[in-house]
Amino acid sequence: MATANIEVSETPLVLYALRRADDALILGHRLSEWCGHAPAMEEDMALANMGLDLLGQARELYSYAAKVEGRGNDEDKFAYLRDVRQYRNLLLVEQPNGDFARTMVRQFFYAAFADLYWRAMMASSDPTFAAIAAKSEKESAYHVRHSSEWIVRLGDGTEESHRRAQNAIDDLWAYTGEMFAVDDGERSLIEAGIAIDPAALKPRWLKTITGIVNEATLALPKSDWMQQGGRSGSHSEHLGHLLSELQSLQRTFPGATW
Amino acid sequence: MYTQALNSSDGDDRGVEDVARASQFQARIDADERIEPNDWMPAAYRKTLTRQISQHAHSEIVGMLPEGNWITRAPSLRRKAALLAKVQDECGHGLYLYAAAETLGTSREELVDGMLSGKAKYSSIFNYPTLTWADIGTIGWLVDGAAIMNQIPLCRCSYGPYARAMIRVCKEESFHQRQGFEIMVTLCRGTAEQKAMAQNALDRWWWPVLMMFGPPDQVSQHSDTSTKWKIKRFSNDELRQKFIDATVPQAEFLGLTIPDPGMKQNENGNWVHSPIDWDEFKQVLAGNGPCNRDRLAARRKAHEEGAWVREAAMAYAEKRKSRQLAQAAE
Repeated sequence: MATANIEVSETPLVLYALRRADDALILGHRLSEWCGHAPAMEEDMALANMGLDLLGQARELYSYAAKVEGRGNDEDKFAYLRDVRQYRNLLLVEQPNGDFARTMVRQFFYAAFADLYWRAMMASSDPTFAAIAAKSEKESAYHVRHSSEWIVRLGDGTEESHRRAQNAIDDLWAYTGEMFAVDDGERSLIEAGIAIDPAALKPRWLKTITGIVNEATLALPKSDWMQQGGRSGSHSEHLGHLLSELQSLQRTFPGATW
Repeated sequence: MYTQALNSSDGDDRGVEDVARASQFQARIDADERIEPNDWMPAAYRKTLTRQISQHAHSEIVGMLPEGNWITRAPSLRRKAALLAKVQDECGHGLYLYAAAETLGTSREELVDGMLSGKAKYSSIFNYPTLTWADIGTIGWLVDGAAIMNQIPLCRCSYGPYARAMIRVCKEESFHQRQGFEIMVTLCRGTAEQKAMAQNALDRWWWPVLMMFGPPDQVSQHSDTSTKWKIKRFSNDELRQKFIDATVPQAEFLGLTIPDPGMKQNENGNWVHSPIDWDEFKQVLAGNGPCNRDRLAARRKAHEEGAWVREAAMAYAEKRKSRQLAQAAE
């Protein structure tokens, strides 16, 4: 049946590409949910811009995963015909938009990581990843600038915006640890020079985050408990709803071309 | 996307301040000169343009909603990216047009408030729902197609900022129109269900799209002033006819049937449509279209829920300014 989920041969390289593609697709999708509903028209433009960047990154990464896998899958099959347990994105990016502060904190935590990550990945021994990284780094540099400016405005703005920004940080903090985790498959890619070790980026990420959070008169939570699971398909309840919307036409009209 | 359905200038407030200046002004218009923001202009010209440009801007912003309704459900990643970019373009058009309207002396905030309070109008077409993916194709093909028919002459509008905005907007609109048509082609070459979806969308959108051009010439008033001022260059019926004549062969190409069995080609080759239900148009303008309430509610919700964000940005800017002043004083 054409509606069935596709099967994916998750070799370390395919899995690696899918994880990054899923991060970009799911976060891009979340940002696109704002379109037409943002707090100001300028933000409608900016959020759509960042959503488009991420969508573009996802498409390149899916296409590369499809090529490496070589089983006739493609970007749309990966996006539309995998169920929630087959998705490999970080828990952070699937968290609902909530208010604007929550969206900005999520964006800031991710972009500050992605920017360092893609910059380091420009040195990948895999030329496709190196090229994707070069493009993504430019985009994420803007995402960091945009979101960090908002963190400062919200934290150091009004009492209400401060409270909302602090709540968002408190609620989302536990999803940041997953960005730096690596499993055995990915370890083999790091040793081969194809991927980079995200753990090495953590001090610099923390420095960026701390700097902006301090400037915003906000504080990072004391708790160091971190949620895990997205990378192996154990997601929050939110992702299933996102996918049921994202995949609705492909699931309703199996096999059709759009 | 916008058409002239709502445009009418005030016949009453043509009490021209200064007869000599007014005749100079008209001479400039007749000589096809562009009027710029700092030039003298009759109050009624200013008022007509402020209303038209801001209605156009509101239409772009409200127009984000029916298509935005499908961004999260677009059926492929390519379609999703194209739709998100398209809706973003509309927001850009809105911003651009508000800026053009502001050159006439009314702030964006005031203009937006007029829309949110329901006082100012936007194009009635956006008060219809997008029920299926084929609606996204149909909006691009027909709604943007109709908007282009109207906006191309506006590129030569006598008011400089509006004319220049239209040049840029038209380029993007024609891209959107092609994109919409391409969605229709794909659906019509697809499964029987997809083709039926395309036909159903055409059935629902055809008549509202014809209404976008406004009431028939014999009942539409005041358009003489706009014509004299070279804001409006073609009548409602002329533009509607042009649109229909361009669209009929496209529908044929798609293998779709225009839902007007009485439509006939006359001796000049023009397609003559059956009577339009102008009561429906009046009802939608009066706030009784299928989505009027939803559209306004969505815009108000975004505005109200965004208030604390805008306040925070202002408060932060103020704090920063006073800190810089304090630093400079040290």
